Amino acid sequence: MIPVENFLILAAVLFAIGVLGVVLRRNALIVLMSIELMLNAANLTLLAYGRARHDATFQALAFLVVAVAAAEAAVGLAIVVGIFRNRHSTNLDELTLMKH
Amino acid sequence: MDEFPLYLIPLLPLCGAAINLLFGRHLPRAAVAAIGCTAVAMAAVLAWKAFALLEHAGPSGVLTASFFEGDWIYATEASGPSLHIGAGLLFDRLSGVMVLVITTVGFLIHLYSTAYMEDDPGLARYFGYLNLFTGAMLILVLGDSLPVTFVGWEGVGLCSYLLIGFWFDKEQNAYAGRKAFIVNRIGDFGFLLGMFLLFSATSTLKYSELGAADSMGALQHAFLGKWSFAAIASLLLFVGATGKSAQLPLYVWLPDAMAGPTPVSALIHAATMVTAGVYMIARLHFIFAIDPFVLAVIASVGAATALFAATVGVTQKPIKKILAYSTVSQLGFMFIGVGVGATGAGVFHLVTHAFFKAGLFLGAGSIMHALAGEEDVTKMGGLARRMPITRWTFLVYCLAIAGIFPFSGFFSKDAILAGAFAFDADVPGFPHWLGFAIYAVGLCAAFLTAFYMFRAYWLVFGGKFRGDPHTFDHAHESPPAMTVPLVALAVGSALLGLLGIPEAMIAHANLFEEWLAPVLASGHAESPHLSAGLEWGLMLCASGVALGGIFLARSLYANGISPTADRIAEGLPRLYKIVFNKYHVDEIYDLLVIRPLRAVARFFWKVIDGLIIDLILVRGSALVVDLVGRGARFFQSGDVQRYVVGVIVGTGAIVGISANWTACNAAPFEVTVAGADVTVHARGMSPGQVARPKNQQLEYSFDFGDGTGEGKPQPSSVGKHHYDAKGKKTITVRVRDPRWDTRSKESRTVVIPGVPAEGRGGVR
Repeated sequence: MIPVENFLILAAVLFAIGVLGVVLRRNALIVLMSIELMLNAANLTLLAYGRARHDATFQALAFLVVAVAAAEAAVGLAIVVGIFRNRHSTNLDELTLMKH
Repeated sequence: MDEFPLYLIPLLPLCGAAINLLFGRHLPRAAVAAIGCTAVAMAAVLAWKAFALLEHAGPSGVLTASFFEGDWIYATEASGPSLHIGAGLLFDRLSGVMVLVITTVGFLIHLYSTAYMEDDPGLARYFGYLNLFTGAMLILVLGDSLPVTFVGWEGVGLCSYLLIGFWFDKEQNAYAGRKAFIVNRIGDFGFLLGMFLLFSATSTLKYSELGAADSMGALQHAFLGKWSFAAIASLLLFVGATGKSAQLPLYVWLPDAMAGPTPVSALIHAATMVTAGVYMIARLHFIFAIDPFVLAVIASVGAATALFAATVGVTQKPIKKILAYSTVSQLGFMFIGVGVGATGAGVFHLVTHAFFKAGLFLGAGSIMHALAGEEDVTKMGGLARRMPITRWTFLVYCLAIAGIFPFSGFFSKDAILAGAFAFDADVPGFPHWLGFAIYAVGLCAAFLTAFYMFRAYWLVFGGKFRGDPHTFDHAHESPPAMTVPLVALAVGSALLGLLGIPEAMIAHANLFEEWLAPVLASGHAESPHLSAGLEWGLMLCASGVALGGIFLARSLYANGISPTADRIAEGLPRLYKIVFNKYHVDEIYDLLVIRPLRAVARFFWKVIDGLIIDLILVRGSALVVDLVGRGARFFQSGDVQRYVVGVIVGTGAIVGISANWTACNAAPFEVTVAGADVTVHARGMSPGQVARPKNQQLEYSFDFGDGTGEGKPQPSSVGKHHYDAKGKKTITVRVRDPRWDTRSKESRTVVIPGVPAEGRGGVR
């Protein structure tokens, strides 16, 4: 059996990649994708613990995260499309209207 | 008698003031003047009517009234005196005389002003202030208690400020107004303190109650150190009087007060404001008379002022300045009168002075009116033919003030000098010849008075015109509105003295003193009487001195300024210069009072206000907020990704800190069993974690599971126990971290092999 630590390490790596994507990439679409990656890393963690503890609650929680992620993706993409229509760009560096 | 509407006497001028000040700008000029004059005229008519009623009522009759029922000021205390002051008015023989003078002379001055101020753009303001002034003075005189009087007292102070600075577009005039106000305030402070002291001793401020026996007793027998309350209170009130009535050392505002329009000088200097101090002392003479020391001080100050101001008057050139110093000097005479116990004579001089000094000022106004505002007497001359009415009336006033028989000043001044001569009270701290000294000083002042008044008279009317001939061609007699008051005042100045013919001339003909006797007699020592021969002698002496002054003035100034006059001035250059510069009193005040005050004010302005409040507190706090804002602004970049970094860093920090506080962990503990003895080594933390600082040591408590219960929390991580019986035991270790208040618990079961011990053995 694959030890639970391996799942956790994979999840941490995925999460770190997600974070870096969110922080470093300029394209809003890529940022959204990176957020998805982070959510899935969290899902993987949940499932790993659920498997280790033989507890189905973690799986239920993972489904909830999937549902939220879907909604988030829908809203997020709609926002990105809206922004693109207005500004003809999805470059986050140009979207700093809320500056001081 | 209560139904007489006494309150209307001050209210009418106040109403006139309200109308003129509020709506005067929109009224025609004639209406403004008419309202101003009518208000005072009606007050005068009422005053005469009240006076007639009073005469009808007999010697002790008074008229009283109140602005409104009930208390005006009140304060009650569970213990101690309660304060009840009504807005009451009192019209007795003393205030009656004052009211007559104020309304009558005041009306004449109003009438004169209609012509004098004809072309002034501020006519409504002028008449408004003039009425307000008259109203305030009437309240002052009619008040039946010190607080009501004080309202008028402050009112005339305010109005003098407004009127002296009437032409405020000239900085010098505005300065004179401020000076009058501030100097008066100094005196008013003394008045207030005196009033408080009187109240603290007698629990009343009403004149009628102050004069009652128990109040007088309280004043006499309450002491502050070695001074009686009466003495301190009357000295403080006298300070107020020196401010209002322009005595040494607070006289300085009055000579500058001529900055106002000339009729204002007549009103302030003659009929109203400056007499307030004399009136107040006469009103409270029974309190002032308690301590002869106070009277001696008053008389001495009066004498010093009379002589001092008279010497300055001799050298002045602007006609209004001469008259101003003359007023100060004459007020000194009045203070001599009230000081030496001849209160009636002091009030009598007040009345006669009101007429001839008002006349002198109005005459001076008439002259200046004719000469296009020229004030310098050395640039006048030869006006006798051009202005006959002004000239003759002016001559009457001069004779009256100089004290020539039978003009009014003769009788009033003589009564004062006689009183001073007879003043023989043995006052501690003063020589016994005080009365004679005051008499002699008064005589000198009388000589100088005659001299400087006739110097002015001849310089104006005698000789040839010394100014611009063009001006002389335009010189003309003033219109009737100005000459009628002049004539009326001249008649008063000439004849009023006959009310106070001394005993020595005709027995029981001193109507004025008899009239005032019921008011002034109470609590007052019998005024000293001189033998008829001595009194005749004093009269002749005073007349001789006055005539001497007149002849000296005639010989020096009858035909212009004679060379002798110049030679005298040149012969005594230093003395002349000092006197001409008014003894440098203004400069001394400037050096001793004004400059230090300015320095203090400057300090507060520059350091306290400018540096501490404005710069450090106000701008400093703004600067801090600004800096914080500038710093915080950096974080609001609008860049979502930076915010995300913030979130991540923050989350990391929270996780890091919580990792530290979950560090408290009871799990890793070791148990060593030696027979029935057990030693527990707890660590409390996982290996590799940071140790706690000294003051945040973990607390351990041990439960050895044999019914002895949990031990007390202790800083040591080692727990020892001795078991009484063998068997399975559950050992529980609790750890508490005081820094985060987190707890951790761990239990373990050990087997106790039994007693006695069989050597060391570790069980994990």
